[in-house]
Amino acid sequence: MDTVDLLRQFGEARAPSGYEAELRAVASERLGEFADDVRFDALGNVVALKRGEGDGPRPSLMLAGHMDEIALIVSGIEKGFLRVTRIGGWDARVLLGQRVTLHGRRELPGVVVSVPPHFSAPSEREKPVSLDKLFVDIGLPVDEVERQARVGDLITLRARLLRLNGAYVACKAMDDRASVAAMVLCLEQLARRRHAWDVYAVATVQEETGCIGAGAGAFGIEPTAAVAIDATFGQQPGALGPETFKMDGGPTLAVGPNIHPRMFDRLAAAAKALELPYQVEPVPGNSGTDAWSIQVARSGIPTALVGIPVRSMHTPVETVCLRDVERTGRLLAEFIVRLDEDFAATLVVKDAFAPAAPPPSGPPQAAPRPAAPPAGDAS
Amino acid sequence: VSALLRKLSEATGVSGREDEVRAMLVEELRGTADSARVDAMGNLVAMRRGTGASKLRVLIAAHMDEVGLMVTQVEDSGMLRFARVGGIDERILPARPVTIGPNRVPGVIAIKPVHLAEKGETDRVAAPKDLVIDVGATTKAEAERLVARGDVAAFLSEYVEPLPGSAWRTVQGKAFDDRAGCALAVALLAERLPFDLVAAFTVQEEVGLRGARVAAYAECPDCAFVLECTGANEMPVKKDLSPSTRLGAGPAITVMDASFIADPRLVDLLSATASRLGIPHQFKQPNIGGTDAGAIQRARAGVPSVTLAVPCRYIHAPTGILNLDDFDHALALMRESLQRLPGVIERSAT
Repeated sequence: MDTVDLLRQFGEARAPSGYEAELRAVASERLGEFADDVRFDALGNVVALKRGEGDGPRPSLMLAGHMDEIALIVSGIEKGFLRVTRIGGWDARVLLGQRVTLHGRRELPGVVVSVPPHFSAPSEREKPVSLDKLFVDIGLPVDEVERQARVGDLITLRARLLRLNGAYVACKAMDDRASVAAMVLCLEQLARRRHAWDVYAVATVQEETGCIGAGAGAFGIEPTAAVAIDATFGQQPGALGPETFKMDGGPTLAVGPNIHPRMFDRLAAAAKALELPYQVEPVPGNSGTDAWSIQVARSGIPTALVGIPVRSMHTPVETVCLRDVERTGRLLAEFIVRLDEDFAATLVVKDAFAPAAPPPSGPPQAAPRPAAPPAGDAS
Repeated sequence: VSALLRKLSEATGVSGREDEVRAMLVEELRGTADSARVDAMGNLVAMRRGTGASKLRVLIAAHMDEVGLMVTQVEDSGMLRFARVGGIDERILPARPVTIGPNRVPGVIAIKPVHLAEKGETDRVAAPKDLVIDVGATTKAEAERLVARGDVAAFLSEYVEPLPGSAWRTVQGKAFDDRAGCALAVALLAERLPFDLVAAFTVQEEVGLRGARVAAYAECPDCAFVLECTGANEMPVKKDLSPSTRLGAGPAITVMDASFIADPRLVDLLSATASRLGIPHQFKQPNIGGTDAGAIQRARAGVPSVTLAVPCRYIHAPTGILNLDDFDHALALMRESLQRLPGVIERSAT
């Protein structure tokens, strides 16, 4: 499978939070190639099931990558110009002069207005234009604009995938289409390998507006465990701090309250088995990802979080390294084929007063640090 | 009770890494609780069977976790960058001893000498992103033999009883929020009640009431009592504002806080019981803080809930001050209120 084609197909599809239909069609087709069953749930999540081997009931793993992207929405029409507000977290500074699509009575191209320097005083140009002063211009007469657009119409950014040097590509919405692509790559591998657990690859809705789809999806599926996959910060000039990660350094594996320690251990062990590089991502609280809402569904779901480093996140030129996307797909597949029936039992302790259980069988616990004893070792 | 509180206070259990506290509680409950399990998030859920006189299913909850820090980067110099886990005022961080990771590696939060401060620097708060933990390592490799990215750090703070045997029974230490609640729950599980009592020792309260939510979902209780340790803000202020709670004035009943409105029947039960028995008690000033009750109340089809808290000065800081009389009164009040609970709350239909 060609990773660039996959990223292009996913990245160029338009799917603002709450309006994911266009990507839903593409994602269900690509995930469906390797799944036993594909369905949409009530909120619009795509749920692709790849069954494990043997007679049921089998434990199940939920993978979650979100389909939705940040966008704009029309908040007013003034003299033929569209006032906008944001769906998801935009930095208004990147919007000036961007090409957009108005999803009104019909699709119309437009541009975010930028006042030429000829018409602005130097002092005005020292401050960024705030979102409430930005307009979108679709270049039509006032009465035609009023026929075509109304308050509540969506506006998406127009972007084509751009191949950069080497293994790097840039496109809008790589957060989180890179992860949806990694799920496809994972299922492709699983089609050739044996695995005991059922796998639900879920392309979720409305992550950018509060991780809504994943929580509902996890409640409905009630998986034994879950792995969310999301974009994380790639290193770039001005962003080299502890919350950033090397591009082409492999996926990140999060640690922190959002993560079940045994799930982290298993992912790290799978990476080691593949001799695949990975980076540890400390997340002290809310991960701001689907993992956060999945973890507290029903009686609690043992959850892990895998990150794909993305540069220039939440812009129309989100940049990823193809190798990181491919590594993520391989890592997930390896993690899944190494899941055995016994692993599920190590994620909770049915009887905390029973003598300590022998160490779980299966792959060696390859990541001795962070070395907090797992949740299971209570007694 | 002081002995148990000391053990629990000095144990470390930063949100998401509550293992040490949980292991300690399992040992404390062996022999009193009839069963105990650990769920997918790490909540310890114990059950003590009642006499069977009442079919009520009652939940008491106390959180095991405490606020702390997480190592986010090991620098080439061997210094550790960190982020905060839970709500910590950044001004208390400089020059603070901590222990890092499961092996309790000691470290200190470094700050440059005042002699070297630039003009105006001492007028500004030292931002946490500019602070580092010093474990005494001189290279990255040396530091990484001791700690790893993602390890959590807890305040290092010894439990002390300044005037043992005196009438003013205050103790000082860390994480009374909410190990005091844990100690209360341990004591209550030793009681023989008319109904089955479920105690949830929850995780991740400090990062968003996360553990209580799933524990309440799994247990489907008819009502819940959240046992807490709440801030006592008694610092003198210019305006005559009433303090949130007062040390030594008895346990604090929550009518409403930022996370929920308590069930009036349970508030009445606690206050009427206290009045009848002459147990000192107070009402927490409304709208400050939140507790697991905010999550438990919303579980499934809803759970009538209330919070009872032991007041403590300087919560979320390395050293809090708590009055053991308040603790004893909280225990006495809970004990009696649970006995009187049947009739106040109905068994739900399911």
